[in-house]
Amino acid sequence: MACVNPDGSPSPSGLLLLRALERPGSERELAGRTGRPLFQVRSGLRELESAGLVRAIPAGFELTEGGRERLAVA
Amino acid sequence: MMTTDGNGAVAPRLPRLGEPAPAFEAVTTQGTLRLEDFAGSWLVLFSHPADFTPVCTTEFAAFAKALPRFRELECELLGLSIDSVYSHIAWMRNVEEKLGVKVEFPVIADLDRQVAIAYGMIMPGESRTETVRCVFVIDDRQTLRAMIYYPLTTGRNVEEILRLVKALQVADRSSVATPANWVEGEPVIVPPPLTQEAAAQRVATPGLECVDWYLCTRTL
Repeated sequence: MACVNPDGSPSPSGLLLLRALERPGSERELAGRTGRPLFQVRSGLRELESAGLVRAIPAGFELTEGGRERLAVA
Repeated sequence: MMTTDGNGAVAPRLPRLGEPAPAFEAVTTQGTLRLEDFAGSWLVLFSHPADFTPVCTTEFAAFAKALPRFRELECELLGLSIDSVYSHIAWMRNVEEKLGVKVEFPVIADLDRQVAIAYGMIMPGESRTETVRCVFVIDDRQTLRAMIYYPLTTGRNVEEILRLVKALQVADRSSVATPANWVEGEPVIVPPPLTQEAAAQRVATPGLECVDWYLCTRTL
């Protein structure tokens, strides 16, 4: 869902996903929280993870420190 | 997988029903997507010859209007043509402006033709530079379940594609088959018996409507 802009900042879709990750969640939980289809959540998480804004954990995904900082200034 | 054609040239083997759908990673109007992103959902992957062409425009509007009905079946849509993502974006905006239909499913910009070649979407007898009108139904386990190929001249029937997805899902869910022209709610075909004893039992089974032992239907 194109979650990261060329300058590394999160797109509106990226911010939606980051906000949904204020508490960790699985891909399906995040799809439910955002109202976005699962395929968009998966591709978005992949982008955000590559940008260092989220990381995978056993229960799904969580924000990194960088992700929290981005969210704080958004 | 690669094969050799009649002239000795190496060409990718066409996908086959019942086998894993060819994996891909592709640039789309909704970012970079992989086939595996759709795992757990059904997927209708369909190609069109080119953006800003008349038949394709009517097809896209029809697919876009039907997206909520596909999603009721837990099925996503994914378009494809050998055009740039900029062309796709401009065309999607034009479809919305001129036809009042917002295209909310992603469309692959397959400029390097990797997905088109893997799925056998280019038919040189029709066009060497464009994909024909292909439809691939991929199930939630990423197995290729159905393929439809239409020529450049002929727009597809979205109702038939919806019917096909429903029929495949009913077949999976209830271990039945569907007769010609079946639509949701009509009787389905019970698999034919495999022994003489089962055939004798079949015609006496209550709740079945049998033309003969090998052709029995039931209502779900």
